[in-house]
Amino acid sequence: MIGPPVLVVAEIDGAGPTANSLELLTVARNLATGSGRVVVACLGTRIGEGVGSELAAHGADAVVMVDDPIFTPFQADAWVHELAAIATELKPGTILVPHSLAGVEVAPRLAFRLDTAVATGCVGLDLVDGDARWTRSCYGGNAREVVSIHTTPVIATIAARAFDPLPANQAASVAIDRRPATVDPGNVRARVIAKSAAMTTGVRLENAKVVVSGGHGLGGAAGFEQVRTLAALLGGAAGATRVACDLGWCPRAWQIGQSGKTVVPDLYFALGISGAAQHMAGCGNAGAIVAVNTDPDAEIFKSARFGIVADCNEFLAALIEEIRKVRP
Amino acid sequence: MHIVICIKQVPDPEIAPSVFRVDEVAKKVISLAGTAPVINPFDEQAVEAALRIRDAEQDPANVTITAVTMGEATSEKIVRKAMALGVDQGVTLVDAAFADSDAYATARALAAAITKLGDIDLVLTGRQAADSDAGVVALGIAELLRLPAITLAKKIEVADGAVQVERAVSEGEETMAAPLPAVITIAHELGAVRKPSLRETMRAGRKPVRRWGPDDLGMDAESVGRAGSRRVVERLYQPTRDVDCEWVSGDEPAAIAKALVGRLVEQKLL
Repeated sequence: MIGPPVLVVAEIDGAGPTANSLELLTVARNLATGSGRVVVACLGTRIGEGVGSELAAHGADAVVMVDDPIFTPFQADAWVHELAAIATELKPGTILVPHSLAGVEVAPRLAFRLDTAVATGCVGLDLVDGDARWTRSCYGGNAREVVSIHTTPVIATIAARAFDPLPANQAASVAIDRRPATVDPGNVRARVIAKSAAMTTGVRLENAKVVVSGGHGLGGAAGFEQVRTLAALLGGAAGATRVACDLGWCPRAWQIGQSGKTVVPDLYFALGISGAAQHMAGCGNAGAIVAVNTDPDAEIFKSARFGIVADCNEFLAALIEEIRKVRP
Repeated sequence: MHIVICIKQVPDPEIAPSVFRVDEVAKKVISLAGTAPVINPFDEQAVEAALRIRDAEQDPANVTITAVTMGEATSEKIVRKAMALGVDQGVTLVDAAFADSDAYATARALAAAITKLGDIDLVLTGRQAADSDAGVVALGIAELLRLPAITLAKKIEVADGAVQVERAVSEGEETMAAPLPAVITIAHELGAVRKPSLRETMRAGRKPVRRWGPDDLGMDAESVGRAGSRRVVERLYQPTRDVDCEWVSGDEPAAIAKALVGRLVEQKLL
């Protein structure tokens, strides 16, 4: 028996799909085992030639591509309308959406538009007798819940890096269904009226492979200048705890955690950070955490791959010097 | 102008992780003796956003701010707290039938309450609740009421029947606009919230709070609370962190730094 398809909403960044979009295909293939197809919906403007084959290489069976200027910059009214139209036609059993800035706005609205329900920020999927159980973080990272949804389509946003993309199969081919946008520009009520590129030089926190982050233990704004220096040396981005932002030691935009940004770097330096759950909610999925703290019993060491008990400022200065030697 | 803010009572998110406990059988967080639930910190910023909109009006008396909450009987306290900050009136959706609502049932009840309030211009909420961390309800209200929504506001201006919102987005600056009425969620970048003033605290006790049940909203018992919910919580647990910490040590900071960089290079992390 052929089951209903799994619909994956892909996002495009530059020439290709985002890493998170490819990770969704892993989840989709899990759900589609033995039954339905994996269909990717791709909305954008001047979508690159290679997007379809890259999606195919990582697990897509078919791609619905709607290429129209109305989809960039992202405006939820346009996306929700188009995706609801696609879903109404394809009748998927599940819709997977990246847990991105756009995805967290699209998925809940799509759920209500299609009269179903959504699980956001999922980090795990288990199939129990074919029934999907989604694991997600809650209570600021202090707890996890496993939830199921019994209305269709089930909608889930998937956290970045919770799943690995499937190995690329370059031989895979895909049927691309290009279609015109059906959204009426007059129905886009909330509109982007001004947008400017980031003024910050360097890497965006959300995309950074390395994040250097400071907390209360750094003691003041001077420590955060060091944080900035180390981040720049490593080609990464600088972050901070809420307390450090509240104290005005660094820009508010650096805040990482439940009430700030979520980062998923390969390497995360936690300098003078105690490791409160609210902070870990924003960095707990990092590949490896290097923690530096004067208190060997600090909570942060429970999440750290490498632990250093030292004065953060002294250590930071020494680390900057050492990195300069290795990477002149 | 009538601004509705949706606020939620949550377990104090500031309690130390070491004392946080869940009851895995009941699938609920165990409330700690001596800690009182608080207004969801994200919603506190929605209260602040509403007050700032009123402060910016030529005639602040033209702005009415109503706080709506759904929850246990104790949630009237957070409405009183919002009133001590300057909110004018409150509605509590307090009824046993509302218990264990998911985001879907919550959005439906809140949307019904907003409809009953009538002429509203703005619905403001925090970007998510600090307990569920889901970020669904505000967008659900927008869909159910067929209103435009703008998320992650850090600055809001209202003029000529429209709202203009500076958003906290990662890639640079973004400004969005929508006709009123609209739903707006507030980001932490809005900045510090005000403290209750003595004058408003004195007045808060006398401000009106209405208590509505499902009947008042024209909803039957099947469409609210657990019965009206769509997501089933199969399990609630505390994650164990399974990382083994490798301690890097040395006689002085320079030696530790050298050892660390060596290990990071070996592990292909640098």
